[in-house]
Amino acid sequence: MAKRKAVVDKTHCVACGCCTSACKLQAITVFRGIYAQVSDRCVGCAKCASICPADAIRVESST
Amino acid sequence: MKKHFYDYLWIASALYLILGFFNILFAWLGLLCFMIPLLISIFGKSKAYCNRYCGRGQLFSLLGQTLHLSRNKPMPRFLKSRIFRYGFLAFFMTMFGLMIAQTVGVFLNADSLKTAVTLLWTFRVPWTFAYTETALPAWISQFAFGFYSIMLTSTILGIVLMVLYKPRAWCVCCPMGTMTQLVCKGHAHGKTEQN
Repeated sequence: MAKRKAVVDKTHCVACGCCTSACKLQAITVFRGIYAQVSDRCVGCAKCASICPADAIRVESST
Repeated sequence: MKKHFYDYLWIASALYLILGFFNILFAWLGLLCFMIPLLISIFGKSKAYCNRYCGRGQLFSLLGQTLHLSRNKPMPRFLKSRIFRYGFLAFFMTMFGLMIAQTVGVFLNADSLKTAVTLLWTFRVPWTFAYTETALPAWISQFAFGFYSIMLTSTILGIVLMVLYKPRAWCVCCPMGTMTQLVCKGHAHGKTEQN
């Protein structure tokens, strides 16, 4: 099965950090107050995507 | 997850709004919400304020997420665009400048103190009930009325956005958030990206 991972649209991310508090694995962090960054720990649960007020996170399958 | 002291800052935010109904001079405390995020972004080079300490953001999360008052729908594309965000920041700063000008007017005795709160930059609501004459100069009270107007207006807009869209939809167009992100972008300009 393809691995799923959150992908951040950096142009729309407002770096509010809602995603970081939604993530149970601390797999998403705000990079230097500019945009959110996803680490390899991400399992693609989409909690961050559903909470993101800017709708800047998508969950994509990577093969 | 372990709770930290800063997870309860929404209480401070709610208290701030309530105190403004009793004594307008408490509005001065709102300057903290202006200064702290800016100082963190300038010297700490991060948006830690938005990410952790913003009581208003927590209040919207509490209302929208925990109390399910939000429709949880995506925001219209226009409201998320950079043009709107930067435009709103410019508008907000202009109105802030006008408020300062009004305060200066009272300081110079050119204007008289107006014991009213202006909501949504338009509606003047009499707020005399929260005003008691003190030995302090009138401009101090004028600034408090002006500043509380800004804080209450942005809270109302934030609540409307919270109900219509995602709980923290206000964060997308929050002038402080936009400003601190710009400062952080300025810091990182020219540096190599990690990702």
